[in-house]
Amino acid sequence: MAERAAPAGERRGAATAAREALREIGIPRLLIALFLLTLFAVAFATHMDMAALITDCILRIARNGLLVLALLPAIQGGLGLNFGLPVGIICGLLGCVITLNAAIGGWAGFGLSAAIGMALAVPAGLGYGWLLNRTRGQEMMVGTYLGFAVVSGMSIFWILAPFTNPALVWAISGRGLRTTLTLTGIWDKLLDNLGGFHIGRVGIPTGTLALFALACLLVALFFKSRAGLSISAARSNPRFALAAGILDERTRVQATVMSTVIAALGIVVFCQSYGFVQLYTAPLLMAFPTVACLLIGGASVSRATLAHVVIGTVLFQSILTVALPVTSQVVQGDFSETARLIIQNGMILYALTRKSDR
Amino acid sequence: MSTVPARSPATHPPTSAARRARALLGRAAVPLLFLLLCVSGALVAHIGPEFLLREMLSRFARNAVLVVSLLIPVLAGLGLNFGIVVGAMAGQIGAILVTYWRIGGIAGFALACAIAAPLAVVFGIGTGWLFNRSKSREMVTGLVAGFFANGLYQLLFLFAVGSLIPWHDPSMLLPQGFGLRNTVDLWRIQYALDDLIKVHVVLEGSPVRVPLVTFLFIGLVCAFNLFFQRTRLGQQLRAMGQDPHVAATAGIDVDRNRVIATVLSTLFAAWGQLFFLQNLGTLNTYSSHDQTGMFSVAALLVSGATVSRATVWQALLGTLLFHTLFVVSPLAGKALLGDAQIGEYFRVFVAYAVITVALVLHAWQGRRR
Repeated sequence: MAERAAPAGERRGAATAAREALREIGIPRLLIALFLLTLFAVAFATHMDMAALITDCILRIARNGLLVLALLPAIQGGLGLNFGLPVGIICGLLGCVITLNAAIGGWAGFGLSAAIGMALAVPAGLGYGWLLNRTRGQEMMVGTYLGFAVVSGMSIFWILAPFTNPALVWAISGRGLRTTLTLTGIWDKLLDNLGGFHIGRVGIPTGTLALFALACLLVALFFKSRAGLSISAARSNPRFALAAGILDERTRVQATVMSTVIAALGIVVFCQSYGFVQLYTAPLLMAFPTVACLLIGGASVSRATLAHVVIGTVLFQSILTVALPVTSQVVQGDFSETARLIIQNGMILYALTRKSDR
Repeated sequence: MSTVPARSPATHPPTSAARRARALLGRAAVPLLFLLLCVSGALVAHIGPEFLLREMLSRFARNAVLVVSLLIPVLAGLGLNFGIVVGAMAGQIGAILVTYWRIGGIAGFALACAIAAPLAVVFGIGTGWLFNRSKSREMVTGLVAGFFANGLYQLLFLFAVGSLIPWHDPSMLLPQGFGLRNTVDLWRIQYALDDLIKVHVVLEGSPVRVPLVTFLFIGLVCAFNLFFQRTRLGQQLRAMGQDPHVAATAGIDVDRNRVIATVLSTLFAAWGQLFFLQNLGTLNTYSSHDQTGMFSVAALLVSGATVSRATVWQALLGTLLFHTLFVVSPLAGKALLGDAQIGEYFRVFVAYAVITVALVLHAWQGRRR
């Protein structure tokens, strides 16, 4: 009996281990990875230009990485998924518009846009964090609608603000910023092309990737530092942290400011790589795909790591890049947009309704 | 075991009266502010009462049921049901099907309502299940559930219809042969309910439709809501809204009742969307439902209702105020700044800002309690 029980136990052990591993990866993440693989397989089978596809994937990963990273401090600080990302994004856009209006091009323009954006994000983040401290338990909902309100309020600002540069304002009325400002010849692709090289025919946006990696490193170092550790400590046990002299009201604000500042930098880098500054309603729903990236990486509402940021950005941005050209070969019409809606919001719903995460 | 602060009007009549007055003013502050905004907008844009009345007759009839559909979840402590978008989709499926079958008039409208009902019940059970798995964050879940459902809705009507699902009316399909067109002309059921009893008044020298039967149905839905609160189930929901733990201890099946509340809300939203569409006469296949949740919630909140307390009267008042602002603000924007676009942005901003402020106040008070 005992002899026979041992292998059975072992087998059960292996089964549990497999189940554990599956739980660690998560069924949704597995499905999404399979979907991505299928897309690539179809692309390969239909003789699509793989080098161009992969180039686009890497470009979009680099472009969006910082925005996804911006969500990490908020989760570390116990604020949940930061749907209020547009607060920081708007600061970054303001930075872009101010330097564009002053017609500052090149590295100076890019650097100044980022600097102004991040500087504005500090008071914005302080205010946002203060608000979230007063609305505990409803951070995600308040963040979502604060983001919506800020974006729609700023739409009025974009029309009324006294920007005069004829390259930015509507040609006919001479007033109000255009919905899309082009950066061609001003500071588009500066960072992408910095040290850019090719592997075979695959282009690498070295500068943008390097900045993303650097930011990841800095965030990782920060959360090893005293200040960073106290933010995580206050999240995991506010009372215990209080006994150690850490006030979680303060660490939550710090986390929010950090998240907002990274978002401001993130959107400037995004615009640089994309080549356009999109105003008005463009940032309205930007938080949702970004949040979905992080969740696809394996994060939950209360736990996220740098690995989640990187894996999630790679998986979801690759899907978004590959889905349109691949599905348009099979189905007429833009199927990728529908697929994006389902994957993105399905992922967020899954995270919000996980039993283990309450 | 919190002690209830003893209210003794006999010993402190002035404080109590003052407090009550302040509470009343606090509750009336939001609708008063909105009234002020509407009136000053109307004055700036030189909008006469006749024009406003003409607009509001149809707009009120269009939106009232959708706003009232939010009430039951608020009573049950679920907060604002942003998931009514899912109900609106059920209504639209009904409208699309009767158009496909070419059934018009009041029969077509009734059939659309009948088709929408079971769909809404199923969708409501789904949303309710999601809400039960995400307690204390139902609102954000409802919002995302709406977005998710929109993806499935697109999958159904943009890709499956005409390819997987046979569809024998090419005039409704996109040129590629599958997928519904962006607009569906609902002329067969337009005004089916509004004109069931034809009443017209003459405003500004031209006849204006008075949707008498629609108003009657709005009245019925309101009466149901008032009656519902007095039923056993309604009382249970109220108890849950006040304290779900106490309610559970008292033997109330909280999870089941939460699903029922969501189902009722989704059902009314489906019918509300059909009321809306039969008045409008066209369906924007992929966007009619988009802002249903946001605008209905904002309309409810401008009346001074909160995330945890809303009455039928507030729903009606809110619909009136919010949609007055909807009419007024582009015109005021145009008169004031020479740009109607500003007014458009302004009303969207107001909708979002009102919801944000209500959420903040709710969470703020919840924390103090």
